[in-house]
Amino acid sequence: MIVELGHLALAAALVVAVFQTVVPLYGAARGDATLMALARPAAMVQFAALILSFGALTHAFVTSDFSVSNVVSNSHSLKPMIYKISGVWGNHEGSMLLWVLILALFGAAVAAFGDNLPESLRARTIAIQGLIGVGFLTFILFTSNPFERVIPAPIDGQGLNPLLQDIGLALHPPMLYLGYVGLSTTFSFAVAALLEGRVDPSWARWVRPWTLAAWVALTAGIILGSGWAYYELGWGGWWFWDPVENASFLPWLAATALLHSAIVVEKRDALKSWTILLALIAFALSLLGTFLVRSGVLTSVHAFAVDPERGMFILVLLAIAVVGSFGLYAWRAPTMDGGGVFRPISREGGLVLNNLLTATAAATVLIGTLYPLALETVTGEKVSVGPPFYEATFVPLMVPLIIAVGIGPMLAWKRGDLAGAMHNLWAAAIIAISVGLALAWLKGAPVGAALGMALAAWLAIAVLTEWADRIRLFRVPFANAWSRAAGLPRSAYGMSIAHLGLAVFIVGAVGETYFSHEVVRYASRGDRIEIAGRTVVFDGVSERAGPNFNAQVGIFVLENGDRLESERRFYPAEGQQTTEAAIRVGPAGDLYAVLGEPADGENWTIRIYYKTLVVWIWIGGFLMSLGGLVSLADRRLRVGAPAPRRRVAEAAVGGDD
Amino acid sequence: MTRKNQRIALIVGGLSFLGVAAGLVLTAFEDSVVFFFSPTELQAKPIDPEQRIRVGGLVEEGSVARGPADAEVRFNVTDGNSSLTIRYVGILPDLFREGQGIVAQGRMQNAMFQADEVLAKHDENYMPKEVADALKKEGHWKDGEPPAASGSRPSAGGDS
Repeated sequence: MIVELGHLALAAALVVAVFQTVVPLYGAARGDATLMALARPAAMVQFAALILSFGALTHAFVTSDFSVSNVVSNSHSLKPMIYKISGVWGNHEGSMLLWVLILALFGAAVAAFGDNLPESLRARTIAIQGLIGVGFLTFILFTSNPFERVIPAPIDGQGLNPLLQDIGLALHPPMLYLGYVGLSTTFSFAVAALLEGRVDPSWARWVRPWTLAAWVALTAGIILGSGWAYYELGWGGWWFWDPVENASFLPWLAATALLHSAIVVEKRDALKSWTILLALIAFALSLLGTFLVRSGVLTSVHAFAVDPERGMFILVLLAIAVVGSFGLYAWRAPTMDGGGVFRPISREGGLVLNNLLTATAAATVLIGTLYPLALETVTGEKVSVGPPFYEATFVPLMVPLIIAVGIGPMLAWKRGDLAGAMHNLWAAAIIAISVGLALAWLKGAPVGAALGMALAAWLAIAVLTEWADRIRLFRVPFANAWSRAAGLPRSAYGMSIAHLGLAVFIVGAVGETYFSHEVVRYASRGDRIEIAGRTVVFDGVSERAGPNFNAQVGIFVLENGDRLESERRFYPAEGQQTTEAAIRVGPAGDLYAVLGEPADGENWTIRIYYKTLVVWIWIGGFLMSLGGLVSLADRRLRVGAPAPRRRVAEAAVGGDD
Repeated sequence: MTRKNQRIALIVGGLSFLGVAAGLVLTAFEDSVVFFFSPTELQAKPIDPEQRIRVGGLVEEGSVARGPADAEVRFNVTDGNSSLTIRYVGILPDLFREGQGIVAQGRMQNAMFQADEVLAKHDENYMPKEVADALKKEGHWKDGEPPAASGSRPSAGGDS
């Protein structure tokens, strides 16, 4: 009964979404305030219907209702409760339901918090959000119904893929979708602005918080996914340049560029049509990602089931979104030019450079991701594009970007003084060069490692210098500097924290890539294994029973007597084997031990890594996400804060000196 | 700087970046694109031992052997017509098992494939797309037949 209610609510949501699209758009075109006003309640009702629907599916999972086909395929009565719940989005149908739920959430959020938006812009934004909903609700109802019944109901379910029975993967999809789907809001704002034919600084002020919110969630989602791959897959990698990873990374790059170009629109009323284009591209890349993951066109470690019908449907949705929005852009964008003029060396110039480099880098990733697909379609040849491609294209483009990230915030708006900025940054430059040279000469590090660490040092010192400069540290009395520090806007701190996070991330990525160690060998009880100047003693294997699995536990004893346990688990319900790595996390590096297959006699295959500085990767990603959150908390962006007449405060924010 | 100059500067800047990127992409493609071959194709066409390639197929039942070196594994993959011996040092992925499809990346050496990476997909039917296509090409698997389970989930029956 509850299941049918959920199905009904889903269908109702589709009907409301159609209403939400058609009526406000018609009202806005006619200038009819009554019709436009219907957008807000419609968005709320659609969201409520989807909560009901999602709640019904969750109920079916929690109570292990095996008359529902989706529950049978993805759950088991013995599974721990948290994974019964996460099983709701651990499969194609349920995760699509989560997708549209989040879509409706953002529509409802625009409706709820959009008080200070002009009426027609709000109505159109909510309508476009509704239109996206129409597409995906149709997709779910006609190709991926999560409420399908099985008759007769089996006694128990088939369980959830054990790799997905993990807290990291319980959280990763919702976070990622908040980011992916959050970009729908900026898309809707952009399309609405094109329909209005008007983009002004206040538009950017409304769009920036939505972009930021989506970017924060997307960053966190990618970091969670990367962390999951690192500790769960058992081969110690954190990023594989896998097509599905790229599918989440591409919208991230576009959102990062958008975040920065929206600042220029807001402050200087320039780059308007480029910003609109970026908003369209960012969501188009989200849709492309959805298509790549769910159509099965790519070989990837974590794709969903192969189903050509679904793939075609999403491809059609993608085509409609791209052709429709880009066509509208081509038609309308030329009318919205103008705005502030600036020199190449200026804050705007720096943000433009950021955009050019980020967009170019995104283009190389896109080419690498789609090339195998295109080649196979054209010639039938099968190829794969792996890490070496991205290391030769994406990474070199990041070098000038990171140098520029250090300088950009020191430049004034309109007309910057590069010599003046460099005068402030001499310390950063000297430290960076010394770090690089010291690594290369004293430690014999490879050029790439020396360059990477030098860039990280450059960026970190530049961020701190910029902050010290703003508060006049050491130039005015300390108490004075302190009060300046306390008075800096949160958006300034947000930027500093996020940029610092980038530096920390680089340290981790370079450290892990260039300085890690690995040992693979047979070992029997009592064997001593030397790695990276440390000794690990293998203390044999014992058996253990978990709640829904049996495990062989390999014990590794560290020098300080700590015992690490790596498990080979067998899940009888799913009939699958997984490996749980034993990881000792440390600031200098992780010790990562994996129990492999039993070999002859007493021997087991074991693999031990020393992953140098790897934890810095996630600390850096966390800092970036945190920076976005802090910036989001800025008064200027806070929803409902009075928009106009803040020029005085903003002059201070800019820190034009 | 006038608005027109600014626009020209932006376009020139953008194009030069794209030019650099295109150069990077083209040189990278030459060195880093990895081609996929089935065992049958490998028999017909000799491969330069320097070239990194991918091969794939079903792991032959009973072909997995360990040793002689530490953590060394040898096994055969087949596309139904021909088979190829793969040598790998390391821990095989959890989803590796006899009778299932895998993809290995590495180099050909004296008619044996030295793999530095073995991939088994986290997929319901354990069938990497390349392997499925290779099997279809050799006429050993048609659409709609097992092991192509069309459900959206791993089926417990898919395990050996």
